[in-house]
Amino acid sequence: MDRTDEIRDYPELRAAACPFSPPPGYEELRERSAVTRVRMWDGSTPFLVTGYHEARAVLGDSRFSADGTHKGMPRFTKFEVPAEVFNLGRMDDPEHARIRRMLTAHFTIRRTEAMRPMIQGIVDGLLDRLIAEGPPADLVADFAFPLPSQVIAVMLGVSDADFAEFQRASQGVMDFTVSTEEMGAALGVMVDYVSRMCAAKRAAPGDDLLSRLIVDQELTGGLTQQQVVATALVLLLAGHETTANMIALSSVLLLRHPEQLARLRADPGLMPNAVDELLRYITIVQEGTGRVAAEDVEVGGVQIPAGEGLIINLPSANRDPHFADAHELDLGRPNAREHIGFGFGVHQCLGQTLARVELQIALETLLRRLPALRLEVPLDDLAFLYESMNFGVARVPVAW
Amino acid sequence: MKVSVDQEKCCAAGHCALAAPEVFDQREEDGAVVLLDPRPPLALRDGVAEASFLCPAAAIAVED
Repeated sequence: MDRTDEIRDYPELRAAACPFSPPPGYEELRERSAVTRVRMWDGSTPFLVTGYHEARAVLGDSRFSADGTHKGMPRFTKFEVPAEVFNLGRMDDPEHARIRRMLTAHFTIRRTEAMRPMIQGIVDGLLDRLIAEGPPADLVADFAFPLPSQVIAVMLGVSDADFAEFQRASQGVMDFTVSTEEMGAALGVMVDYVSRMCAAKRAAPGDDLLSRLIVDQELTGGLTQQQVVATALVLLLAGHETTANMIALSSVLLLRHPEQLARLRADPGLMPNAVDELLRYITIVQEGTGRVAAEDVEVGGVQIPAGEGLIINLPSANRDPHFADAHELDLGRPNAREHIGFGFGVHQCLGQTLARVELQIALETLLRRLPALRLEVPLDDLAFLYESMNFGVARVPVAW
Repeated sequence: MKVSVDQEKCCAAGHCALAAPEVFDQREEDGAVVLLDPRPPLALRDGVAEASFLCPAAAIAVED
């Protein structure tokens, strides 16, 4: 019997009345069946995973492939990334593990902790300017966006002269509302830019991540020139808009929860846990993470035939009853760290430790230096990015 | 409590070194897990259990 009328369209959007919560439809689906078919824009009907345990089961199981070239892989946009632009997140082991291992040394706890003074310097510099110019300000353009891009620029060794071009190029690629042609053009600009940066590093290697990748891998045959460019591209894009959106949204959310904000101000030691709770609560990767079953696998009582696609919805999984009173923001939540806002499995965000430290420093410094920080417009007037791949907010007008 | 790790499976997310730094560390060259204490005292049980649960690559095994 054809019961296609019962298959819901994907994605659904967050409700404007509740921008920080996942779309209400996913809550219903999770309660009914945490693994269920949905219909995509292209007519395909992959499985949608909305439960926490089911999401971990899929993402942690190598029988589910992340290979972006698989024909069963759910496609979120019409735009197809050119084959030569590989993405670490869209590859399987052992090739994925081989390349990831070339990068992980730069993102360990120890290395990241050592970056605190550098990050603090960037945060203070941005706030110095904000304070000198006086209110009002846009927390997105004046603080949230420049911070992570300056940090990743330092890590990769982007020169000050190149910084504006680098920022423009990466913003073009992250705008998923543009047409396929515009996206292709933006990607071309970014690839050109990164290729030129690689050529400069090849000629005169420095003490940065990109130079290390060229000296240790490209020149020894571990990576092709093209793969170095692609890897740099992934790092640039993954660490930029995501962290920026989290900084801006976290600031708004804290201002909307004065009792939690007061708690955090009274106990700065709460910050690391608070950041994980914010990551759980907001979960900006809203469009979903795709996988394909490489063989028949059962998940959450549902049989997934080989070749079928799955979408793992992280915002919904992070509001699963696995977290007590999951819809409450509780900065002291004992198991906040168990969220899967960075994904799960071997593809879990490579830069998560860096993202946590950036968020901790950004929020701590913002709250300390601007104790009277407030929104200049009602919440309803904020331009939330409901339809973008990663949830965000276009502008956050503030005063202090 | 007996702990073992699989450096091949490890994807260097770093949860273990934060959850139980007395038991786990990260290798300098690639961040892969280093087991500092395969028989940690019971007082560290919660941290070790957290490390094992958070590990995205299922690279930590704990036996009582």
